[in-house]
Amino acid sequence: MSTNVPVIDAHPTISEPPKNYLNCSRGFMSWAGTLDHKRIGIMYLIGVSAAFLAGGVFALLVRLHLWEPHGMLFTNETYNQIFTLHGAFMVFIFVIPAIPGSLGNMVLPLMLGAKDVALPRLNLLSFYLWCGGTLLATLAIVLGGFDTGWTFYAPYSLYTDQAVVSIGLGIFLLGFSSIFTGLNFIVTTHKLRAPGLTWFRMPLFVWAIYATAILQVLATPVLGITVLLVAFERLYNIGIFDPRLGGDPVLFEHFFWFYSHPAVYIMVLPAFGIISELVTVHSRKPLFGYKLMAFSALAIAIISFLVWGHHMFTSGQSTFAMFAFSFLTFFVAIPTAIKEFSWVATIWKGSIALNSPMLYTLAFLIIFAIGGLTGVILGALNVDLHLHDTYFVVAHFHYVMMGSIALAFFAGLHHWWPKMFGIMYDETLAKIACALIFIGFNATFIPQFIMGSQGMPRRYATYVPEFEGYHHASTIGAVILGSGVALMVYYLLASLLIRKPAMQNQWGGVTLDWLTPTPPPLENFATPPSVTTEVYDYSTLDYESLRTPVR
Amino acid sequence: MSHDGHHSIVIPAPGPEFVPHTVAHHFDSPVQEFQSMKLGFWLFLATEILLFGGLFAAYFYFHEAFPETFRVGGAQLDWRLGAVNTTVLLVSSWTMAMGVRCAQTSQKQKTLMFCALTLVGAVAFMVIKFFEYKAKNDHGLVVFSELFSGYNEATGQLAWFKDYDGVMANVPHGHMFFAIYLTMTAIHGLHVVIGAGLIIWIMKGTAKGRFHAGYYLPVDLVGLYWHLVDLIWIFLFPLLYLVP
Ligand code: HEM
Ligand SMILES: [Cu+2]
Repeated sequence: MSTNVPVIDAHPTISEPPKNYLNCSRGFMSWAGTLDHKRIGIMYLIGVSAAFLAGGVFALLVRLHLWEPHGMLFTNETYNQIFTLHGAFMVFIFVIPAIPGSLGNMVLPLMLGAKDVALPRLNLLSFYLWCGGTLLATLAIVLGGFDTGWTFYAPYSLYTDQAVVSIGLGIFLLGFSSIFTGLNFIVTTHKLRAPGLTWFRMPLFVWAIYATAILQVLATPVLGITVLLVAFERLYNIGIFDPRLGGDPVLFEHFFWFYSHPAVYIMVLPAFGIISELVTVHSRKPLFGYKLMAFSALAIAIISFLVWGHHMFTSGQSTFAMFAFSFLTFFVAIPTAIKEFSWVATIWKGSIALNSPMLYTLAFLIIFAIGGLTGVILGALNVDLHLHDTYFVVAHFHYVMMGSIALAFFAGLHHWWPKMFGIMYDETLAKIACALIFIGFNATFIPQFIMGSQGMPRRYATYVPEFEGYHHASTIGAVILGSGVALMVYYLLASLLIRKPAMQNQWGGVTLDWLTPTPPPLENFATPPSVTTEVYDYSTLDYESLRTPVR
Repeated sequence: MSHDGHHSIVIPAPGPEFVPHTVAHHFDSPVQEFQSMKLGFWLFLATEILLFGGLFAAYFYFHEAFPETFRVGGAQLDWRLGAVNTTVLLVSSWTMAMGVRCAQTSQKQKTLMFCALTLVGAVAFMVIKFFEYKAKNDHGLVVFSELFSGYNEATGQLAWFKDYDGVMANVPHGHMFFAIYLTMTAIHGLHVVIGAGLIIWIMKGTAKGRFHAGYYLPVDLVGLYWHLVDLIWIFLFPLLYLVP
C-alpha cells in the first residue's frame, strides 16, 4: 500500500524534535482526560500489563502450592480463592481487553488512515469502565475473596459465603467496557477508512479486530445479564438458577457459555490479527490467501455462537444436543486451520527476519497448532466425557490463551513498540526472554496434558502421589516461564530509560501504520492519506524509511 | 488540544435563536459524523435487546417448566393497568417522534412541547407502575420491605413472597412468576427513568438552541432510545399480562 503523499518527516536537520502524541502535551490530566486513541491505548497497555503480572503472581502461587501432593502453602479454601483470582483476572481483566484495548486502540485508526476512532469519548469511557471493573474485582478480594472459579457456576456461586456480588458487578462493568470498545471499532472500520482503502485492502489486523468487535457487541450483553442475574440471586433470591426455588443451574451454564465460547474467539481473533500482520512483514511477502483469511475470521465469529454446548457434555443435555454441538465444534476447526496453513504458507520461501517479534510469532504457530488440535480432541463427544474437568482441559486452554494469545500479544508489543515510543529494546535480551517463555511454557503444560489424560482433576488443592513428578515438572516450567516474563518486563522498561532510537519504519511494513512519522503526531497523519495499491504490496516499500532513525 | 493547520467544519445556525454546530475534529464531514453516531447507537440498541434477550429466554424457559404458575401468576396482574400503560407508552412514542420531526425542521418551541409531553408519558407510566407494585406488595406477592431478607433453608420460606391470600398455594414455585415479573419490569422501569433523564437533557439543549435542521443528532438518538423502551414494553405486556 502506498500513499500519494510522502508523509514521513524527511527533515532531520531541524534540532527541535517533532511534535508527536507523546510530547504534544504534559501533565496528569492531559493523559487522564485524553481523547486520543493512542494515549488511551497506552493507558490500556499499562493497565492490562499490570493485570497480567498480578494474574501471573497468582498462577505462580498455585503452582508452588501444588509442589507437594497435600499442598504446600495454603488451606484448601485459600487455594480455591487463589486459582479463582488467577482465572478471573487473566480472563476478564487481561486477555479479553488486552489486544483490542491496547494494540487495537493504538494501531487500528492508524491502519485505517483515520485521525482517531469514531467515538473518542466512548473510548475513554470504555477505559474507565475497565478501571471500575478492575477496582470492584480487587475490592472483592478485600471483602473476603471469591472461590467459585472464573466460571461462577450456579448453584455454588449462589450459596458460597463470599464477595460474589462485587466481582459480578465488576464483570458487568468490564463487559460494557468490552462492548463499547467493540462498538467503536465497528463504527470506525465502517465509516473512517481513508479514501481508496476498500474492505479488501484493509490489513488483516483490522479484519480480525472487526470480527472480534462483532462478537463483543453480540455476545457480551448475555454475560452482562447472566452476572446480573447471579447478583440478583444473591440479593433477592430470584430463583431461576437456584434448584431450591425451582430454578435450574444448567440454565446458568447455557447462559454463561453462550457468551464464554464466543468469548474465547473474542480473545483469540485479535491474536490471529497480530500474527497475520507479523508473518507478512517479517517475511516481507504478501499474505497467502488474504481473502480466505478475512472470510475465515468472519466464519469463526459466526460459528462460535453455535458450539457453546461443548462445555456441557457432562451436564445432562440431550443426546441430540450433544451430537449437534460436537459436530459443530468440528466445524470451527476448518476456518481455524485455514488460518494456520495460511500463516505457514506466507512464511514459506519468504525473506524471514528472525528478530524478536518473529520469534514470538513462530512460537505462536507451534503452540497454537497444539492448542487448536487438542480443542478438536475435546470436541469429540466420547473423548471429552473422559477428559472433561481434568488437567487436559487446563492444558488445552492454556495452550490457546497463554501460549497463543499472550504470546501473540507479546509479539505485537515487540512489533509496535518502536512505533509507539520511537525507541528499541535490547534485541538480545528479547530473544533470550522469548526462548525462556517458550521453553517454560511447554514445560509447564505438557505434563498437564499427560496428567489430565490419566485423570488428574482440575481445581483440586491436593492430589495423589502418583502425579507428583508431573506437578514438579509443571511448577519448574512455571518458574522458567515467570523468569522469562520478568526479563521481558525488565528490558521493555529499561528501553524507556535508555532511549535507543528506533527507525522510522523499523521492520519494513507497508500498511498505513508504518507510513506516518514515528511516533505518530496527534492526529496521526500530516496530510490525510489515500490508498492506491493493494494490501501488503512490498514493491512499494520505501527503503529509506528503514534507515532513518527517529529523532 | 491544538488543531494547528486544521480548520474545523461548522454547520451554521438557521436563525438567531440557534447556535452553530462544530463537527468533531476527527470527522471529515457532517455526514460522516452523523452516520457514525447513528451506526454506533444502533449497535448499542442491539446490545440492549440482547440484554433483555437473556431475560426473555429465562421467561420462556420457566413458562415451559411451570405453565400453571405462570397462568395463575399472570391472573394476579391487572391487565387493565397494563393496557393503560401500553397506551401511555405508545402515545409517548408518537410525541417523541413528533419532537424529533420538529427538531429536524428547526421548530424550537414545538420540540420542547413534544419532549415535555413525552416526559409526562414517562412519569405517568412510572406512577401507574408504582400502584401496580403497591398492589403486589399488599397481597404479599412481592413484599418490598423484605426483598433482601433472603431465603430460609429450614422453613423453605422466601422472605419477600408471603402470598397472604394463598392464591399461589396450589401451583409449584409460585414466587417464580413474580420474581421474573419484578426483574423484567424493574429493569424496564430503570430504562424508562434513564430515558426520561435523556429527554430532559435534550430539552435543555433545545432551549439553548443547540438542535436545529443542521444538527439534530442527539434528539434523533434519544428518540430511538425511547422507541426501544416502548418496544420492549410491547413485548413485556402480552407476555406477562395476557399470555398466561
Ligand atoms: C482458539 C482459541 C481457543 C480458546 C481461547 C479456547 C479456550 C478454552 C477454554 C478457556 C476452555 C475451558 C473452559 C473452562 O471450563 O474453564 C476450553 C475448553 C474447550 N475447548 Fe477450547 N479454546 C480454543 C480453541 C478451541 C478449538 C479450536 C476447539 C475445537 C475445535 C476447542 C474445543 C474446546 C472444548 C470441546 C472444550 C471443553 C472441554 C471440557 O471442558 O471438557 N477449543 N477452551
Ligand atoms: Cu468453547
